[in-house]
Amino acid sequence: MSLIRYQNPEWTMWPTLDRLSSLRNDLDSLFELPLLGSFDRAGQLFSGWSPALDAYQNNDNVVVVAELPGMKKEEIEISLHDGMLTIAGERKQEATNGNGEKAERTERYVGKFRRSITLPVRVDSSKVNATYRDGILTVTLAKAEEAKPKQIQVNAS
Amino acid sequence: MNTAVRENVETTPARRQQEQFVAPRASVNEDHDGYTLLVEMPGVNKEGLEISIDNNELTIIGRRSLPTIEGAPLHREIRRENFRRTFELDPSIDTNKISAKIEQGVLTLRLPKAEQVKPRKIEVS
Repeated sequence: MSLIRYQNPEWTMWPTLDRLSSLRNDLDSLFELPLLGSFDRAGQLFSGWSPALDAYQNNDNVVVVAELPGMKKEEIEISLHDGMLTIAGERKQEATNGNGEKAERTERYVGKFRRSITLPVRVDSSKVNATYRDGILTVTLAKAEEAKPKQIQVNAS
Repeated sequence: MNTAVRENVETTPARRQQEQFVAPRASVNEDHDGYTLLVEMPGVNKEGLEISIDNNELTIIGRRSLPTIEGAPLHREIRRENFRRTFELDPSIDTNKISAKIEQGVLTLRLPKAEQVKPRKIEVS
């Protein structure tokens, strides 16, 4: 099973304990939810960058949140195929202002990105909703009727 | 011209313990008229932004308003910490003329150089 972490040059700034606990969370989620850990293998061969991603599940929806600062909404592609959600796109280099501009420090990633996750349950592909606000993409996928938890009434005879 | 916008690394651990911050990714470009500083702060909007200049030190704090989602987390990579980063400004920067905007989690700061340090042509009469 491969977990492709998004790459962050600020790793070293993070307290060591935090790193351990996030590793622990990853391990926990691997054991608890084997389905979601399986990221697209193509991601490993892919030379672009990968945004950080969160996923949640409640009774009605699966919600995937991605950090994509500084994009235009038209530049984000979201696709759903065979129970796998893919978020991809390309961040363009800012246009130079033609005034002898030169980069002095470059930490931001430009270029293509792609992240895929296998959804833990079946979703209704006609009920997918995405919003992009403050550089955060939120994709809400409604669970298919049969995947929703149901209360079963116990009848006393 | 010496270094443009130099980063000041936080050296006092006590200060950092009060509130946990992470350093946002940043890019700096220089042109003839000034510097453009781009800082990535996903989840931060205008209201959560605090920019201050003290003694040629530019401090940027971005408090995140992340969407709250109901339900059990399946996978987590996004950090909850707010952003903070300090830069030392080059003396050539005119601190009265700094302008800022934030768009989709990216802060753009324009730091113009003072008139007297801009390159200029001297006409020979």
